[in-house]
Amino acid sequence: MPLLELFRTATFRLAFTYVCLFAASVILLLGFIYWRTSAFIQRQADETIAAEIVGLAEQYRRRGVEGLRQVIVERSARAGISLYLLAGEDGTPIAGNVRAWPAGIASGPVNFSIERPTENGTESRPGHAILLTLPNGYRLLVGRDMKQVSEVEATIRNTLLYALGLTALFGVIGGAYISRNVMRRLELINRTSQEIMSGDLTRRIPVRGDRDELDHLAVNLNAMLDQIETLMTGMREVADNIAHDLRTPLNRLRNKLEGLTIGDGGTREDTIAALEGAIGEADNLIATFNSLLLIAEAETGAHRDTMEPVDLRDIVRDITDLYEPVAEQRGIKLEVSAPTSVPVRGNRSLLARAAANLVENALKFTPEGGQVRVTTASPRDEPPYLSVSDTGPGIPEEDRERVLDRFVRLERSRNTPGSGLGLSLVAAVARMHDGKVELGDNRPGLSAKFIFPRVLEATAAATSVNQQARHALPGPVAAQ
Amino acid sequence: MRILVVEDDREAASYLTRGLKESGHIVDHAADGQDGLHLAMGGNYDVAVVDRMMPRMDGLTMVRRMRDEGNRTPVLFLSALGEVDDKVKGLRAGGDDYLAKPFAFTELLARIDALVRRNGQETVQTKLQVGDLELDLLSRTATRGGNKIDLQPREFLLLEYLMKHAGQVVTRTMLLENVWEYHFDPQTNVIDVHMSRLRAKLDKNFAEPLLHTIRGAGYSLRAAS
Repeated sequence: MPLLELFRTATFRLAFTYVCLFAASVILLLGFIYWRTSAFIQRQADETIAAEIVGLAEQYRRRGVEGLRQVIVERSARAGISLYLLAGEDGTPIAGNVRAWPAGIASGPVNFSIERPTENGTESRPGHAILLTLPNGYRLLVGRDMKQVSEVEATIRNTLLYALGLTALFGVIGGAYISRNVMRRLELINRTSQEIMSGDLTRRIPVRGDRDELDHLAVNLNAMLDQIETLMTGMREVADNIAHDLRTPLNRLRNKLEGLTIGDGGTREDTIAALEGAIGEADNLIATFNSLLLIAEAETGAHRDTMEPVDLRDIVRDITDLYEPVAEQRGIKLEVSAPTSVPVRGNRSLLARAAANLVENALKFTPEGGQVRVTTASPRDEPPYLSVSDTGPGIPEEDRERVLDRFVRLERSRNTPGSGLGLSLVAAVARMHDGKVELGDNRPGLSAKFIFPRVLEATAAATSVNQQARHALPGPVAAQ
Repeated sequence: MRILVVEDDREAASYLTRGLKESGHIVDHAADGQDGLHLAMGGNYDVAVVDRMMPRMDGLTMVRRMRDEGNRTPVLFLSALGEVDDKVKGLRAGGDDYLAKPFAFTELLARIDALVRRNGQETVQTKLQVGDLELDLLSRTATRGGNKIDLQPREFLLLEYLMKHAGQVVTRTMLLENVWEYHFDPQTNVIDVHMSRLRAKLDKNFAEPLLHTIRGAGYSLRAAS
């Protein structure tokens, strides 16, 4: 990765911020130590000077200028860092280890530089002193050689600079390392995303398995991609189906209309019959669209807020009442088994529609003399259901899942009218109610079972209480 | 009949006005809810055909305003929305009937007819009569020429609806909606089977049939004049 790009990465900026913060705390810490140490050394020097002045003043008071001179000569001869200078009124040195009176100042504290003899000549060293004027006009300098102090200060300053340098160096290296590491993984996610965007929906982000945040991100993104892929495939299938299955009736409609424009036209009755045929085709198309719309609405849950308590027994009774004459006309026996009320929550209209589709389907495929049986019940410890079974040809086991999809029509139903949406709608309505449709073998025939989710505990409890209450009522026998 | 058509789509509006005029009605057209409300409040219409989605003021609001201001003109909603929930909303807003687009023109005519006549007969009847067919709503019995006809409960409801709309065309969808209260079109000819059963009970043994099939539209119960 080019260096410039590295500086732009979020992780590097984060690392850089940490380095800056760390450096600032190093500066603060060492700065504080420097300040306290130098103040301490300075104060110690001042205190020593003050003590010496007290001692020298005592000598002067007792022994006069001559005594003071002798003491200064004595003390100057000792090795050490104390500085003395006794000078005349004009600053001419009389005694002491400082060669010349600091220029321009007569009294008070002063920082100055002193010349000290060394093995090879002299060197200039920093000094700190208090200047006094004696009562007889002579001048006195008492001070300390400050070379050691400034050396300590310099050491601390250097340490500070080294520490700063090291902090910055480690920070930059560490930051670069960490950001490179994280960047490489983010880069992988980015690259995969780009590949997916350019059309390859099957790509997935590799998961390292160390369960960190980036792994979680990858797992979540992959799960999202799975879902998108499923939806996309579904959408594509639906679009393909619609395009394919609506083309045929549209083509028939077009042919019928075109037939009217060519040839000698025929009689008025022929024309009207042809137009009615075209209207019939158009109506079939509208019905197909309505079914598709209804399936889509059921699948997106658009009717979820219209759920109300519904008794499946009422629905079964009404629907069988509607279709009973059709069954009779076709010589099919339509039987109903709905011994008790079956309370569920649902959309009354859609449930009736689903039940009607199941019954229509059964009647369509059952031969004369056959039997269609509509059952609803809410058995103990089992979810409530509505089932329609017939004695028709049934559906081979391998096709049972497939016929619930849109527009799937089996070979046997090629010659019967229908859009291939009947069972899809039933399945969609079942999904909307959090239930499912199970197709089984009626030996012979098909058994379609619309299964609801389990009754809610509260409802179940209420029902059982009611039943108990009913049992507790004194019956005619008990009353006697 | 004076009919107010409130529809914003120009093509649909001209199709409606032309068809209704050809059927012998006087038609006024408004292109949005505000104009529609203005016309409805000013003119004396027998029925208003109102689209739901319109600019400026939608159909629901328009009809709600009409009702608020005391206008009782029967309203038939037209809409591409067409699902049960939308029907309920339309009827709640004060509509009297609801027809989903696309629709057959015969269906629209039959419904307009039914709405206008229903609006006319305010009195509660206990006996219905068409020719020599009589229906007693209290004792729930039907007789023709003095002979009792045995009817299943649903057949009774079916006959009651047909007799209330005697002389009019009733469509299969109208029957399904009003007698069975289902708002969907079954793929099989259930209504026809029910009607042929009813016809067998009504017209068998009688020279003059009462129940007529209207081709491409539905049924009509009427006595020969």
